[in-house]
Amino acid sequence: MSALYVLIGISLTVAIGFLFAFLWAMKKGQYDDDYTPSVRILFEDEPSDENSIKYKN
Amino acid sequence: MELEKFAYDNTIVKKFAFATIFWGIIGMTVGLLVALQMVFPVLNFNTSFLTFSHIRPLHTNAVIFAFVGNGIFMGVYYSLQRLCKARMFSDVLSSIHYWGWQLIIVSAVLTLPFGFTTGKEYAELEWPIDIAIALIWVVFGWNMFGTILKRRERHLYVAIWFYIATFVTVAVLHIVNSFELPISFLKSYSWYAGVQDALVQWWYGHNAVAFFLTTPYLGLMYYFIPKVSNRPVYSYRLSIIHFWALIFLYIWAGPHHLLYTALPDWAQSLGVVFSVMLIAPSWGGMINGLLTLRGAWDKVREDVTLKFLVVAITAYGMATFEGPMLSLKNVNAIAHFTDWIIAHVHVGALGWNGFLTFGILYWLIPKMFRTELYSKKLANWHFWLGTLGILFYAIPMYWAGFMQSLMWKEFTPEGVLKYPNFLETVTQIMPMYAARSLGGALYLIGFIVMAYNIIKTVKAGSFLANEDAEAAPLPKIYQAHKGEHWHRWIERRPIQFMILSLVLILIGGAIEMIPTFLVKSNIPTISSVKPYTPLELQGRDIYIREGCYTCHSQMIRPFRSETARYGEYSKAGEFVYDHPFQWGSKRTGPDLHREGGKYPDSWHYNHMLDPTSMSPGSIMPSYSWLLDNTLDTTTTPAKIRAMITLGVPYPDGYDKLANKDLAIQSKSIAENLKKDGVETLSNKEIIALISYLQRLGTDIKGENKK
Repeated sequence: MSALYVLIGISLTVAIGFLFAFLWAMKKGQYDDDYTPSVRILFEDEPSDENSIKYKN
Repeated sequence: MELEKFAYDNTIVKKFAFATIFWGIIGMTVGLLVALQMVFPVLNFNTSFLTFSHIRPLHTNAVIFAFVGNGIFMGVYYSLQRLCKARMFSDVLSSIHYWGWQLIIVSAVLTLPFGFTTGKEYAELEWPIDIAIALIWVVFGWNMFGTILKRRERHLYVAIWFYIATFVTVAVLHIVNSFELPISFLKSYSWYAGVQDALVQWWYGHNAVAFFLTTPYLGLMYYFIPKVSNRPVYSYRLSIIHFWALIFLYIWAGPHHLLYTALPDWAQSLGVVFSVMLIAPSWGGMINGLLTLRGAWDKVREDVTLKFLVVAITAYGMATFEGPMLSLKNVNAIAHFTDWIIAHVHVGALGWNGFLTFGILYWLIPKMFRTELYSKKLANWHFWLGTLGILFYAIPMYWAGFMQSLMWKEFTPEGVLKYPNFLETVTQIMPMYAARSLGGALYLIGFIVMAYNIIKTVKAGSFLANEDAEAAPLPKIYQAHKGEHWHRWIERRPIQFMILSLVLILIGGAIEMIPTFLVKSNIPTISSVKPYTPLELQGRDIYIREGCYTCHSQMIRPFRSETARYGEYSKAGEFVYDHPFQWGSKRTGPDLHREGGKYPDSWHYNHMLDPTSMSPGSIMPSYSWLLDNTLDTTTTPAKIRAMITLGVPYPDGYDKLANKDLAIQSKSIAENLKKDGVETLSNKEIIALISYLQRLGTDIKGENKK
């Protein structure tokens, strides 16, 4: 059943990779604010200027 | 901070959207055809490339990788740009990704029906296409990470995390499962054998469900549900927690596809435990999606897009409740190999993936074409056709699965099988197969209604190819010094660093470990199990080519009902020369692991010509071309050499002698057939297939008689 050890090894590698991604995210303050991001995506960042005439195509 | 002006690329989103619709209709039409073939076997048209076992893989590959695949890319390319406040990293990469993916799909259409298959479910595509998939997947990842790195929004929204997990894990799964030894342009042998191959395959198979059908779609859910309903996700904190929990648990759940098989018990238990735990993060996602709509249920009543999304999340909830339940050994003992599993996957595929895709399309197309949806009424029709379609599909299949399984297991008071004839348990569920086809047809009609609606919308609108936006750039935290060591560059880029190291570890690890580990381990554990003869090996390749595994298992579970019906239960040591394994996952026909010696050669000959002549009422299609096709023996030496490379103990130099043995064995089978009044040349493919079928499971057949 050596394939099992190969798979466990690879699965662990992936899991550890994700663990580092998680630690990175924590350290970089990605999760310091767990409310604003959910609201921020609702706002479109359309240009506020008068150039909307550019839409011609 | 100066605002930067840029434009989102909508063209690539549009392309993927149209591809989603196009391939979805094709994939589901093929699905409807295979469903109808089970009710009306005449629809196999006695043509190899239209026969059920050739096009069922086309159906599964098309709906998973073409329909859902393009759907993922559509949603990712739209949402990622907006979440990162940046155009995609490279329009060229986007284009390569798009055309590359469509070419891969076309190559699947051109190979699978014609019998070019690896014989591993959901990974049937042959090695050159596997390489193309890996390359295009990397292009996708490159483009995605490039965009993430040039983002103007520091926070990575939870959807992006789902996309990252999808990219990384699918790459790993695909590479590891596709380890195969090519013997010609479109033929290869899996590097793994038997139990090992089964384990790798279902580790891949389950995680394909997890990381291709689930995580990317959860990412899309977290973007599109808030956007469509215009309210923030119920709990952002919950979304983070359930994301990390989900990806850590999912990767271990694969062995639940192999319960009660020859896989070691502890590995089975490991799969069960993680599968049961999975309900927590899965339902976390479902609850978060549904509760996002709290206080907005009045919108759901009016907005057809939201209706689709709500049913999608509900279907996700049902499928992810059912999954852990099916992973319990006692439930699995009933459900495995039956149509219950077919019902389960279709609740997920039609409900979760299909409806979420439809919801996104109904919202996205009018937005990009700056118009209103052509007809809300038609969209409502689509919704009800689709919903009824799912019900008409799933309920008969649950019923059929349960009923058939109980019939398989029923004994009379005298202690013999109540339904010893397998076919009897099939004819009983034919009405359910008919009802399922109706459900599938309703769903497909709904899909076509949507396509019409969208074409009309597109015609009425004007497409916005480049959508202007503006945002402030991220403040540069670090200014590079001149002449600094190159390594400082990577140190500042943890994501690239993670990806790079992961890819390196995996490729290096895989190349080093897999061959050495696995070739050595092919030492047989049962001394009476011998390698296949050259003719049997050729016959086995025909078995794989014809897709017999789509309906027949080769795995007798250690239950009284199975050993009474089929014979001694299957042992791990019996499969050590099986590259790839052919255990199957569904019994539309009986198990074949102890088929050898059950019937005379002439029975198989007539059965392949016309199954109903030997089993009246059988729904198995005819494989009459095997009687006419001449066996290609020029491949024998290459096949034997490949097997030797994979650790199968043929004597040295046997590749040169193999065809001589092949000729002797095929002559004896032809003579045997002649005794029963069947005149055939000994060089036909049917001879090879018969030799393989007669070999199946005979290595240890005598053991239980002593």
